[in-house]
Amino acid sequence: MSPLDVVAATLVLVGAGLSLVAGVGLVRMPDVFSRMHAATKPATLGLVLVAAGGVLRVATGADATKLVLVVALQFLTAPVASHLVGRAAYRAGALRSLVVDELAGATSEDRGERPGTEAHPQA
Amino acid sequence: MIAVTNLALALLALGALAAAGRLAVGPTLADRVVATDTLLTFLVIGTAIHAARTGTGTYLEVMLVVAVVGFLGTAMLARAIERRSP
Repeated sequence: MSPLDVVAATLVLVGAGLSLVAGVGLVRMPDVFSRMHAATKPATLGLVLVAAGGVLRVATGADATKLVLVVALQFLTAPVASHLVGRAAYRAGALRSLVVDELAGATSEDRGERPGTEAHPQA
Repeated sequence: MIAVTNLALALLALGALAAAGRLAVGPTLADRVVATDTLLTFLVIGTAIHAARTGTGTYLEVMLVVAVVGFLGTAMLARAIERRSP
């Protein structure tokens, strides 16, 4: 193995290790939000490490471009998806164990409105 | 490289097994959405590991498509949970 291959192998191995950590977190964490916290690690950092290892290994520039493209795509979409899931889970009432809930009474459901018809009461 | 990627794929498989367990157990729909999203991310990572293992980019288009479909599916399911809630 060339030195470059050793670096690539290390990156791939660390990225895969993060995936295992996320799986353990998904099983062990107590509620939806802490599970999301555990699950987002391989979605960004793990994929970056594995893709960097892949870029060091693939032969052509086109393949390396695809790996970089999927990392850019994941960086743009992962926060959006997490935000949507977290918002939906909160509104569906998944959160019952908070010490302080600063959102309590602030969503449109709490005011008895249908979603998407907020009236901007303080405007 | 083959031995290292074997180990990496084994770690990934263990993580995917745990995520599949969470997908089966639940308890809420949001848990299942998070587990599905994680499983699709593991599929993307596994394809990238395959590219690193062989040095060829045969399945990299599949990786891109899975990444896009995973995001769209998660976003749509999140909207569905929100609409369904009382």
